[in-house]
Amino acid sequence: MNSEDIIQNLTQSDYKYGFTTNIETETFPKGINEDIIRRLSEIKGEPSFMLEWRLKAFEYWKQMEMPTWAHLKIPPIDYQEIIYYAAPKKNKAPESLDDIDPELKKTFDKLGIPLEEQKQLSGVAVDAVMDSVSIKTTFKETLANLGIIFCSMSEAIREHPDLVKKYLGSVVPYTDNFFAALNSAVFSDGSFVYIPKGVRCPMELSTYFRINAKNTGQFERTLIIADEDSYVSYLEGCTAPMRDEHQLHAAVVELIALKNAEIKYSTVQNWYPGDKNGKGGIYNFVTKRGICKEENSKISWTQVETGSAITWKYPSCILKGDNSIGEFYSVAVTNNYQQADTGTKMIHIGKNTRSRIVSKGISAGYSQNSYRGLVKIMKNADNARNFTQCDSMLLSDKCGAHTFPYIEIDNPTAIAEHEATTSRIGEDQIFYCNQRGISTEDAVGLIVNGYAREVLNQLPMEFAVEAQKLLQITLENSVG
Amino acid sequence: MLTIKNLKAQINGKPILKGINLEIKAGEVHAIMGPNGSGKSTLAAVLAGRDYVEITSGEVLFMGQNLLDLAPEERARMGIFLGFQYPVEIPGVSMVSFMRTAVNEIRKYRNLPPLNSSDFLKYMREKKELVEIDTQLTHRSVNEGFSGGEKKKNEIFQMAMLEPKLAILDETDSGLDIDALRIVANGVNKLKSPDNAYLVITHYQRLLDYIIPDVVHVLYDGRIVKSAGKELALELEEKGYDWIKREYQKI
Amino acid sequence: MKSTFMHDIAIDNLKALFNQLENEKQYQPDWLFHLRSRAFENFLIHKFPTKKDETYKYTSLEPHFSGKLTYLSQTKCSNINIDEVFKCDVPSLDTHLIILVNGWYYASSQQELLHETSDGLIYGSLREVTNKKPELIKPYFAQSSRTINNFLDDLNLSFMQDGLFVYIPPQARLEKPIQVINLVVADEAVQIYPRHLIISESSHLTQILFCDHSLNISPFVMNGTMEIYLKDNAKLSFYRMQNAHNHSIQLTNNYITQSHQSEFKSVYVTLHGGVVRNNIFVQINGEEAKNSMYGLWLADKNQHIDYFTHVNHNKPASESNQFFKGILDDEATGIFSGKIFVAKDAQKTNAYQSNKNLIISQNAKVRSKPQLEIYADDVKCSHGSATGKLDDDAMFYLRSRGISHKESCQLLMFAFASDITNQIDIDPLKEEIETLVDKRLRGELSRCNRCSISCT
Repeated sequence: MNSEDIIQNLTQSDYKYGFTTNIETETFPKGINEDIIRRLSEIKGEPSFMLEWRLKAFEYWKQMEMPTWAHLKIPPIDYQEIIYYAAPKKNKAPESLDDIDPELKKTFDKLGIPLEEQKQLSGVAVDAVMDSVSIKTTFKETLANLGIIFCSMSEAIREHPDLVKKYLGSVVPYTDNFFAALNSAVFSDGSFVYIPKGVRCPMELSTYFRINAKNTGQFERTLIIADEDSYVSYLEGCTAPMRDEHQLHAAVVELIALKNAEIKYSTVQNWYPGDKNGKGGIYNFVTKRGICKEENSKISWTQVETGSAITWKYPSCILKGDNSIGEFYSVAVTNNYQQADTGTKMIHIGKNTRSRIVSKGISAGYSQNSYRGLVKIMKNADNARNFTQCDSMLLSDKCGAHTFPYIEIDNPTAIAEHEATTSRIGEDQIFYCNQRGISTEDAVGLIVNGYAREVLNQLPMEFAVEAQKLLQITLENSVG
Repeated sequence: MLTIKNLKAQINGKPILKGINLEIKAGEVHAIMGPNGSGKSTLAAVLAGRDYVEITSGEVLFMGQNLLDLAPEERARMGIFLGFQYPVEIPGVSMVSFMRTAVNEIRKYRNLPPLNSSDFLKYMREKKELVEIDTQLTHRSVNEGFSGGEKKKNEIFQMAMLEPKLAILDETDSGLDIDALRIVANGVNKLKSPDNAYLVITHYQRLLDYIIPDVVHVLYDGRIVKSAGKELALELEEKGYDWIKREYQKI
Repeated sequence: MKSTFMHDIAIDNLKALFNQLENEKQYQPDWLFHLRSRAFENFLIHKFPTKKDETYKYTSLEPHFSGKLTYLSQTKCSNINIDEVFKCDVPSLDTHLIILVNGWYYASSQQELLHETSDGLIYGSLREVTNKKPELIKPYFAQSSRTINNFLDDLNLSFMQDGLFVYIPPQARLEKPIQVINLVVADEAVQIYPRHLIISESSHLTQILFCDHSLNISPFVMNGTMEIYLKDNAKLSFYRMQNAHNHSIQLTNNYITQSHQSEFKSVYVTLHGGVVRNNIFVQINGEEAKNSMYGLWLADKNQHIDYFTHVNHNKPASESNQFFKGILDDEATGIFSGKIFVAKDAQKTNAYQSNKNLIISQNAKVRSKPQLEIYADDVKCSHGSATGKLDDDAMFYLRSRGISHKESCQLLMFAFASDITNQIDIDPLKEEIETLVDKRLRGELSRCNRCSISCT
């Protein structure tokens, strides 16, 4: 088999999470308007401040137009054709695991995310979200003993309104951008994490997002607050059934790290990417931003992006506290007709702030893969440092790999360095492996994984292996 | 010539030098030895005026002046020369314009007129011959693309050009083969006079076969824990540093 | 509201000027008139770019067109006695000297408008060629510049005055460089639109040197376009020194179109200028062509220097290199935005781009946007950008040898700049520019030539 064929094979392997769950779903009618938002807020039992905030966001959103600056071809989206709320039907909130619909449990089992704590990977607590609502959060009590709050966003709004009021929208205000405004108006659930002062969260916290219902949009909202001297590692995963229509996923994630706190946020994004002709797939338009609010704090984003028809997101860090650190590690793989315009923003405000960006793009098939990033060093950010390494690998002669960095420096003691390369897997590299007895397919896997190693190494161990497999599967029979 | 009194210094809040006392007179060669991390290079950096080292107490007098108040270039003009352990590459700055600027700055300090181009080139040629240095090196940018050995020879060449009173050689022997080591040592010996002094920092006794010290000091954990004649170097070579550590820890 | 108002003023002024020139029959012959009206129509459709336009994200030019800017006629400019005001005194630089005064070709006699050698080489006034030998330029004139939407070229073509024309047939050889002195000498604020066209079919190296100067301190907007066509195997080196005063707006649009195995090299040095924007568009339309570009800007006070490059590799196996460096002092802003574009079938492309900046004052700013857009897989493309201060280790090394802090800075800045100045292959020019750079970095007046005023 020559390398062309192997690329074919690698990129055309099936999406393994494309099944649907037959479950009764409660949905809102299509479309967005004030009534829908009021109804949503009511179903959630939200305090009035939330409803007001949502309505303000909606008013703002109505004035906005969808931005067009990305290197993406996005067919027009009819926002009145989307269903903004869908939830598995239930009579009452599940008190225990037994109350959860067996179909749902089966679904998550199939996805490798068992909801029974004893079956789970030890050391990982999971919040499982299906369509618009959180199904179950595991290990809640274990965590509560340490004062850690890990629950669904709906629950947080009801149970911890002060924290929510203080921080929700503080990093990503609803005025931030078109999709953040939309999300603020209609988000239905998501995860909430609060790590109290001085606590090192003993296990990985994880949210698993699953889109199931037809024609729905998924708008979740995640808020993580790490109080002084605390640490948390958080991971999100996501999948969706194979459907012919595109589905919109517009999430907002906000991270707040206070003095000496550290947040590590990892994403393994595997939304349905559409079929090999570009039919169907998720539009993944997400706003993720963290603030290192106080000194010596650290936020680290790691993302492995293999899914979605279109990925459009820039997990960012605002380095406000002196000596704070921002990191962004990314592997983005696009195949067939997938498109990605992803990267990060590092905004250096405080003194001695450091940021590091490592981005590895891999494009195959007919896909377009862009890195876009902003490094901004403000006037008072003395001795700020940034290093950016941004590599692209092309696996076919029909795809594109692009790099669009923006570097803005207003301080004479700062140093910002950016390096980017574009390459493909060399015939000589493959031959070298062949000569040592390694098949071309394995060689390609080896080389791609080696290429992405620096990023994969950042993932929590439990997921690194999974991500590595995912890389191989996405590109299976497509690399060469 | 040089007097160091109870010198304490730290880097990023971590104490490195914990009370150094040292007296060097004109015409003397002192060697400082010690295990890795004992503070040898920090001492050299302090004497040359590197600003990442913070002096917490003590004083350093050089030719009767308080050295610690002075900028690095002022120290150099007074006659302090540091042979760097890792000489930095400076692309685009030619050796000739670099050395001419330096020589003339030092001449100005000594109330001598600047050398014109031809006199300077002649002077440079003499010094190159003196220290047996390859002519090619001076046609290039400062240290750019030099091998490890070439960089160290270049340090000795610069020392010859600048005629310092006190030369501090920071691990000048590291990374040198035996021939280069001999060239470096010969250079030093030729430049030695009753008016100047040397502070040779080294990890191994090897260099001291060629440059014979008057005094050998052992630096350990930020202090000079032992000083003796040149035979101390041989003893260290034979026995290693462990016995010094043990002896020190007992105190 | 205010900006809309200014916007209208600028556009109204330009409309009035266009009508005036049309009435004065400045636009003959017809084919030229046709091109120019279309260009102006295009400008009126797109108007001035806003900050939302990625291409002009960091530089807003509209306000500079809003004030009163006089458009000087040719007769007004030919009355100046050049020898009295200017003489290029770069020692031992022997060139074919061409002088433009406020955008108009300066010739003391009709014969000097166009030079023709026995082997068919022609150089002189573009306007003269337009009238006398239109067949020679029609296949090229405004061909490359019109393929890219650029309001500055719209305006240049609309109001084009005169400029350099060079045609080098195969095998012909230009023995010495052509030097164009682009002079501005006016006692009121003026707008100037020079346009140049250079075509080479010769594998012998042609060297062209442009010097931009201002002889007094009246503000001006100069918006020039240059088109260069290199046919198969042609070789050309282009040097441009921008050294007009700090109240000037200097805008250049450079279009380079390269065929099979052609080689183009350019070096830009910007020493002075209030607002400078250099657009450089390269189309590599032939295999194994080679393009190298170098740029250096030294900016202080409120200077705003913006270099914008776009290199398109449309055919396989070509090579491009871009090296751009800026030193920013005081309140100055330095911008580099560059793109390498590799088309789908341009396999075996080798492209590199580098931007380095030194910031030496608290209020200086740098914006760097190096970009890659790659649609072919078997390519080697990379870029790097580094912005920072002088290297601490190098500074200490120099100072430890007795060199003062100030002189050490000077040595290192000069070394930083020398990567670019070393690329000038005309030795006397290189020496002169190095001297100017050295003086410029020392904050001394960097007047080259006998300008009657200082550049600061």
